[in-house]
Amino acid sequence: MTRQTFVERSFLARNPSVLWFILILAVFTLGVTVLSEAYGLAFISTSFVKTLGKTLCLCLVALAMDLIWGYAGILSLGHMAFFALGGYMLGMWLMYARTEEIVVAALAQGGLPATPEEISQGIAVQIFGVVGASEFPPIWYFAHSFWAQMALVVLVPGGLALAFGWLAFRSRVTGVYLSILTQAMTLALALYLFQNDSGLRGNNGLSGLQNLPGLGDVSQDDLSIWFFWASALALGLGYVLLAWLVSGKFGSVIRAIRDDEQRVRFLGYSVEGYKLFVFTLTAVIAAIAGALYYPQAGIINPAELAPIASIYLAVWVAIGGRGRLYGAVIGAAFVSLLSSWFTGGRAPSIPLGFYTINWVDWWLVLLGLSFVAVTLFAPKGIGGLFDLWQGRMAPDRKGAQLGPEDGSLQEKEALK
Amino acid sequence: MIRPPLFLPQGVMRQILLSLATALLLALPGLAQAQATATDILNENRALIEKPTRAKIAPVIEALATSGDPVAATVLAAWAEKGLGLRKADGAFFLIEAGADGWILRDLSGTDAGTAARADVVELRPNAGVRGLIATALVQFTLSDPDPARRADALTSIARDPEEAHLEPLRASLATETDPALRAQKERLERLLTLRFDPDSAARVAAIQGFGADLGLDLRGALNPLLATSRIAYAGDVPEGVNLARNIVPGTDLSEVEAYDLLVAAGMAPARLTVEEARAALLANITDGAVAGIPVAELGTQAARDRAYTALEVAGAVPAAATDAEVAAAIAAHRFAEVYEEPDPLVTSAARTALDAITVKVGAMQAADLALDAISLASIYFLAAIGLAITFGVMRVINMAHGEFIMMGAYTGYVVQLFVTNYTLSILIALPLAFAVTFAAGVAMERLVIRHLYKRPLETLLATFGISIALQQIAKNIFGTQARPLTAPGWLDGALTFNDVVSISYIRIAIFVLAMVFLLFFLWLMKRTRLGLEVRAVTQNPSMAASMGINPDRINMLTFGLGSGIAGIAGVAIGLFAKVTSELGSDYIVQSFMTVVVGGVGNIWGTLAGAALIGALQKGIEWLNPSNTLAAQTYMILFIILFIQFRPRGIIALKGRAAGD
Repeated sequence: MTRQTFVERSFLARNPSVLWFILILAVFTLGVTVLSEAYGLAFISTSFVKTLGKTLCLCLVALAMDLIWGYAGILSLGHMAFFALGGYMLGMWLMYARTEEIVVAALAQGGLPATPEEISQGIAVQIFGVVGASEFPPIWYFAHSFWAQMALVVLVPGGLALAFGWLAFRSRVTGVYLSILTQAMTLALALYLFQNDSGLRGNNGLSGLQNLPGLGDVSQDDLSIWFFWASALALGLGYVLLAWLVSGKFGSVIRAIRDDEQRVRFLGYSVEGYKLFVFTLTAVIAAIAGALYYPQAGIINPAELAPIASIYLAVWVAIGGRGRLYGAVIGAAFVSLLSSWFTGGRAPSIPLGFYTINWVDWWLVLLGLSFVAVTLFAPKGIGGLFDLWQGRMAPDRKGAQLGPEDGSLQEKEALK
Repeated sequence: MIRPPLFLPQGVMRQILLSLATALLLALPGLAQAQATATDILNENRALIEKPTRAKIAPVIEALATSGDPVAATVLAAWAEKGLGLRKADGAFFLIEAGADGWILRDLSGTDAGTAARADVVELRPNAGVRGLIATALVQFTLSDPDPARRADALTSIARDPEEAHLEPLRASLATETDPALRAQKERLERLLTLRFDPDSAARVAAIQGFGADLGLDLRGALNPLLATSRIAYAGDVPEGVNLARNIVPGTDLSEVEAYDLLVAAGMAPARLTVEEARAALLANITDGAVAGIPVAELGTQAARDRAYTALEVAGAVPAAATDAEVAAAIAAHRFAEVYEEPDPLVTSAARTALDAITVKVGAMQAADLALDAISLASIYFLAAIGLAITFGVMRVINMAHGEFIMMGAYTGYVVQLFVTNYTLSILIALPLAFAVTFAAGVAMERLVIRHLYKRPLETLLATFGISIALQQIAKNIFGTQARPLTAPGWLDGALTFNDVVSISYIRIAIFVLAMVFLLFFLWLMKRTRLGLEVRAVTQNPSMAASMGINPDRINMLTFGLGSGIAGIAGVAIGLFAKVTSELGSDYIVQSFMTVVVGGVGNIWGTLAGAALIGALQKGIEWLNPSNTLAAQTYMILFIILFIQFRPRGIIALKGRAAGD
């Protein structure tokens, strides 16, 4: 038996939750497939399959958020920006290729075979007519190539995260300052994309992404389940990767950075290097999740980058339970599905006699307040319930808990 | 004071105008002579009036205008607006008005003259040319109208749409103008018309120079058309006698494409072949699936299409189109120039000089205006951030619901205005009430939430975010999504205007004053009061402060309430000029934090510096790219992110023990 398999087995043995997670995910995927319209009993509508697929993508970005916030202690309020950027990068190819098909079909009626210039011009007018332009901006240079745009899905958000993180961590911006700075970055990006001359169609965003080029004959029923599988696969792989990362020495170092950055630095670790790696890695994971999410959503616009989106991401992770990967997944799935249930108008209103609580209006109030309650009374979130179930309670120590930022110390101890 | 005629009249128009002017002098009170009445004139020219032409009707209108009859103006005005009718039975003229069934008649002096069936009266419908003549004739009446308001209206309408024909009546009316303000206005307008329309170039130059570097928009509006140029291509050298603005060289001043387009537009060269035309020509010449021997399937590139078109050209099937070489030759064979549309070089050079001087002065004034704008924006940011300077700067509590406190203040102002309709009074009530409401909300929040999180700053951020989401949605549920008005009192309407360029609205001045008041209040509170001393003590070392008999819990509560209360007052001020919506606060929250962080946490002067920096920066970037405020905000935030890299502790950094950590 080689050393490799030994490590592998040891990792799974030490992390039974990974196996459980993969098992549940597989059963869930199989169940949805069997019940779907495309390959089974048609018990679940196509739009709900899409909702579930999107939820899996949100779970993946929540995993990334958990790594950077729950494990490394960096509250980034910019990861939904990377998520949306990933969507934009893939969306550019989807929109280009799809429009190309339409334009080529239209020009074929013209009697003469179309020249490349005519095709390119036709696509540009189709895509950018809505913002009053008729030429491709330079950032669409690679839009014709699927593989180039796939590479950009990783490279653009990764590069942005690398540059931003390098600047921020180098000058030791930490804690709430870093949170505000990442939020400012998100806001700047959103404001930039809102401009019509940003080259990404301003506030119209990219649309028609649910139609895959070259697969015009395949029904949305099939496409939705394919994307569902892809999302489930990405989530599973992401979970295993992150679980493997945090279970090893790397995980110990980033948890140590969360608990006491100075001490880790004095021990000789390159704190900035670790932070930068985590920041960039999670940005890339977020971007991949976004690239899977937006073809299922069909449309992407700059409102998706609004700072509030990244805050909701933090809300999901906090409610699910920081510092444990399955907590992030549970939080994202639970809150986003509950949110679409409440805001979809399906939740029953509560008549109070003098006033009727309509959940479409009051759901955000409930969410905000329950978020406050979770922060105050249950810092472990829903994931904390598993500790109860396993009887793995924290030792009864004096003082209140400090949360992940100040580490495992209790209030009295930390104050000294 | 009428200028002597400086030249021989060239056309009928001018003759009319001159005689009009003379007649007006004669018609001065006391000098009026008995002349034919309007009725007589109309009757004499009945046939002409019934079917008027621009050429022949002029003397009639002139006669009417100079008749001195008091009803002449009414008659002319009615005629132009299809309000003059001719009774078929006896040929008498009436002022007509459409009634329930037929016409309501009044005779020319305005007294009631019964009604008539629709068929009995011919409605006179002068064509556009005739109406223009009438309007010109009417100008002198309105310019000398006894009512100053009507005179002012006439001046405004002339200034809006000046014409050559207005010049003489305007000059004529100057002599009789008694109102000094209107007289000054008339004189200015007369000079503006002179510099555009006077036939004598010396008079025009004198008029231009008389203004100096005047900043009036009307002057720039009059000068700019004088300098309008058009690009013209000449086959040889530019001919003499053309008022040349500059020679232009293809390739440097204008692109070759533009140059050739000029030649094509002037009919001096054949049109270049467009892609669409080539395509159409090829389509028209498909024979047996091929064009000039090239199979259609191969025509998928521009090069192949060019080859096919050339082959067709050789065969004579399509007209020759300009090739690139021919285009280049045609451009080389021509001279291009920008030529003033105004033929008189003296006038254009005087206008150019005057406009240059004005541009320099306008630039300086715009800089001043920009500075005022920047100051006012800075005071808005300062006002929005000063509450944060207390809660975040002093207590180090991240309150993401700060923006919602601003919103609550604005909505408080709105609700007060629902009950108190006197705007001045309602603002005076709203300011302390907004403070009370948000103070209470702040204290409640501190007691219930923040108190438990003092050691967990990141979680304070999250919890206050939860509160912010909830408060925003509650506001939306109560007040709806549409913007609510918060109306400023009347004395804050309008703007303090220094000249046509520099002005600042009173609301912005009031906000500036309010910001300064809060700055002083903050300084007084922190440095001169017992509370301020205790706040500073608790911030520096809570346990030591507690052992000195200070109750840190109470101080924290009061400080947080104070910061929130100031946010409420800021909300009233911001609501006066921004629309009050549930998103009002979130529009300001990031900028507010930026202001505090950039300025330096824990120092009110830092917040002031941060607000000034951000305000100046945003206005500066907007000035570079005026059409795009989104870009300005984007670049401002990018700048701030970079700025924090190099001065992580802000402009004014705390030093020593106060810096904490």
